[in-house]
Amino acid sequence: METLRPILAEHPFFKGLDEHHLDLIVGCASNVRFNAGEFIFRQGEEANHFYLIREGLVALEMFVPGRGPVKVQTAGEGEVLGWSWLVPPYRWIFDAHAMELTRAIALDGKCLREKSEQDHDLGYHLLKRFATIVQENLDAARLQILNIYEVRA
Amino acid sequence: MTPRMCRVLRTRRETRDTYTLELSPPDGADGFRFAPGQFNMLYAFGAGEVPVSISGDPAKPNSLIHTIREVGTVTRAMRELKAGAVLGIRGPFGSAWPAKEAMGHDVVIVAGGIGLAPLRPALYAILANRQKYARVVLMYGTRTPEDILFRKELERWRARLDLSVHVTVDRAMAEWRGSVGVVTTIIPRARFDPRNAIILVCGPEIMMRFTIAEFEKRDVRLDQIYISTERNMKCAIGLCGHCQLGPAFICKDGPVFRYDRIQPFFEIREI
Repeated sequence: METLRPILAEHPFFKGLDEHHLDLIVGCASNVRFNAGEFIFRQGEEANHFYLIREGLVALEMFVPGRGPVKVQTAGEGEVLGWSWLVPPYRWIFDAHAMELTRAIALDGKCLREKSEQDHDLGYHLLKRFATIVQENLDAARLQILNIYEVRA
Repeated sequence: MTPRMCRVLRTRRETRDTYTLELSPPDGADGFRFAPGQFNMLYAFGAGEVPVSISGDPAKPNSLIHTIREVGTVTRAMRELKAGAVLGIRGPFGSAWPAKEAMGHDVVIVAGGIGLAPLRPALYAILANRQKYARVVLMYGTRTPEDILFRKELERWRARLDLSVHVTVDRAMAEWRGSVGVVTTIIPRARFDPRNAIILVCGPEIMMRFTIAEFEKRDVRLDQIYISTERNMKCAIGLCGHCQLGPAFICKDGPVFRYDRIQPFFEIREI
C-alpha cells in the first residue's frame, strides 16, 4: 500500500530522522486539502494537528474587534504550519484559512504526543525541529514589530 | 562640484510618502548615461542637496528618474515641485550593480521598502538581456499593501514567464491576497541554485543583515552577495568623509559593494 512515508522522508522538516521514528510519524500522518477561503483551524479551538504545506498559501489571522481579521503571517509551499498542538492547553491562538487551494500533510498532534511520551527520543527530535521553526517565527515577528522599512530623517 | 540644471518633466505620487520625479537631462544635454545602482545629488534651491538613487531605465537616457521618500526638509521641498520647475543635479556617482558579472548566473534581487528604487535599473538591465541570465527572482517586502512601490510594474513583471516575483507585506487586512511576513520569510520560497547565484540586496540595514543571514543558511557565499549601502553623503566625490565606512567612502567606492569586502565594517555599530 502506498503511504506518505516517501513524502515525509524527503521533507526538509524531517531530514535526518531515523527510519524507526519516521515509521512512527507516518502512522500519524494524513493527506488533507482545503479550498480557497476554507478555515483550517480557528482561534480557541483544540489544537491537535500541524501541517506540512505541499501547495497553496495559508493566512494566519487574528480577529481584531472594530478592524476585522488582521493577517499576521502567511505560510506557503514547504512550510510548517502550527505548533499549538505542542504546548498546553493545546488551543489555537490564531485563525488559519486557505487563501488558495491548499494541499498539505496533516500530522496528528495527539498521536505524536502519545508516541513521544513512549519514545522520548522521538519527542526530542520533534522538539528540536520545532524549536527552529519557533525561533524563525519569533525573529520574523520581532522584525515585523520593528517596522524595519520605516525611514527616519 | 557645481550642479547642472535640469527641469522636472513629470511628477508621480507612488505611495503615501513616496514620489517619483522625472527630469530632463541636465543643461539640455543629449541624454544622461548612468549605470544601475548609481545615484545623483539633487539640489532643491533654497532647501538643500540630497543623494538620491536613480530608479529609471539605463537604456532610456532622455528621461532621468528618481524615486524619493519624504523624510526631511529637502525631500519635502522636492515633493512640491511641479512640471517645469528647475532642480540642480550632480552625478552620476558611485559604483554599480554587477549586471555583467551576473551573466550566466541565477540572479536573486531582494528589496525592502524604498530599496526597490535603486534595484529597478538593475532589473531593467537584466530583462533587456534576459537570455544572458539563468533564473531571475525578485523578492520585495514592504510595510503594508499601500506602501508597495511600482505596483503596476510589479504586476507586469509577475505576469512574465521568465521572471519570478514574490511580494510580501508586514501587515495586512483580510482583502490582501498575497504573502504576509518580513521579506526574509519568503526567501525559502525562491528557486535558485545557491552555488550559482548572484544576490542583489537593498533596503534598511537590519533587513539586509537578516537577508544575508538567510542566504548564508542556504550556503550562498558572501562573495556572491552585493548590497547597496546608505550613509550621510555630502560631497559625493570622496573628499568630505561624511559617508566613510571603515576604509571606504560610500559615495565613491559604493554605494554598491560586494558584501565580503565590506562585512567587517558593516557590522560595527560605531561607524
